[in-house]
Amino acid sequence: MAPTSAPAIEVRNLTKTYRDANALDGVSLALEENRIYGLLGRNGAGKTTLMSILAGQGYPTGGQVLIHGRNPYENDSTLARICFIRESQRYPDDFSPHQAFKAAALFFANWDQELAERLIEDFNLPTRRRIKKLSRGQLSAVGVIIGMAARAEVTVFDEPYLGLDAVARQIFYDRLVEDYALHPRTIVLSSHLIDEIANLLEHVVVIDKGRILLDEDADTLRGSAVAVTGNQDKVASFIDGYRVLHRDSLGSLASVTIQARLGATQRAMAAEIGLELSPVPLQQLVVRTTMSAQAEPHGDHYQEALK
Amino acid sequence: MSAIDDSRPIFLQIAELIESEIVAGTMAEEAQVPSTNEFAVYYRINPATAAKGVNLLVESGILYKKRGIGMFVATGARDQLLGKRRSAFAAQYIQPLAREARKLGIDAETLASMVRQSLAAESAEGSVR
Repeated sequence: MAPTSAPAIEVRNLTKTYRDANALDGVSLALEENRIYGLLGRNGAGKTTLMSILAGQGYPTGGQVLIHGRNPYENDSTLARICFIRESQRYPDDFSPHQAFKAAALFFANWDQELAERLIEDFNLPTRRRIKKLSRGQLSAVGVIIGMAARAEVTVFDEPYLGLDAVARQIFYDRLVEDYALHPRTIVLSSHLIDEIANLLEHVVVIDKGRILLDEDADTLRGSAVAVTGNQDKVASFIDGYRVLHRDSLGSLASVTIQARLGATQRAMAAEIGLELSPVPLQQLVVRTTMSAQAEPHGDHYQEALK
Repeated sequence: MSAIDDSRPIFLQIAELIESEIVAGTMAEEAQVPSTNEFAVYYRINPATAAKGVNLLVESGILYKKRGIGMFVATGARDQLLGKRRSAFAAQYIQPLAREARKLGIDAETLASMVRQSLAAESAEGSVR
């Protein structure tokens, strides 16, 4: 097959309606090949609905889905190249992890048994116990192992970490980077633990109330906002004209997060009048953006303002 | 090892980390630097981001590519970086120092003698090593 520049996954104007609720409301996205995407948003924002459609496992009410340029619902071959691990992935009740891995090995053409075994050891997973008897964390480990060892061209993890302790989550992130470095693929990761995964992401998509709030390169986002702290009058005059994402105050002290890329002159000016400038971590940026969008539902989005 | 912080573009941080290693001499001129995948795994960052940081240094002539082998530190890279850091020294260190001194009411003469003392202590420590 000729190499194609078509995105790995493209959706156009997706809508999904459950009874009278809009889970997705006009979502358009293009996910490029061999990148790691973070899909972030509050509970009920539409993440899981979007992920299942991206993985070709859910039908939209309206709009178009193309996976490798093709309609996934008419192509079995397309679906075998996608691995979707749900937050509460179901397995047949009397299956053991061992049997689940064997079934996955048959389904996924790129399955790597060696990687699976290494992860089983890393997570200390009892592979002969019935899945019904596993703890929440062990169940999550089964999903993580299948998702990674499948080496599917498109791999979608919906909050894969539930019940995993801090050590197990670190193992997951470490192995993911190692394996992705050697075997690049398109990975979509949804998580509420933004701090933990931020450095792994190349691109960030933030969804809120079924709409895309942000769709941006992670490193472009970093440094796109700054917190200005100091005397409230000086802060007020300094931030004049910038879009405000968040305000805090303590007596006459104010700390205001603005959307701005400040140059050396502006930084020097801030220092001159005694204002402190501090960078805003990605997690804060996502939280502030979501909150400010909710406060002004019809206002322009951060995304548009970035341009 | 949490040298990477999440509030500044990571590719810039990777470039700065490599620059610091070159300035400190731990990465010698004409020595091979780790691959972008090695950087990614070590710092637990996205490999594409690591590559972007390395490419920044290739563009500025600090690193160069040997096809099929990897990345190497260019001859003269250390001098180039020292020059860059010296010209940034005033803005980065002296100006904040002067500002803080003024805020605390430390006059120029006192500040200068404090700097001299600190320099003397520094060089005494250096000669013990």
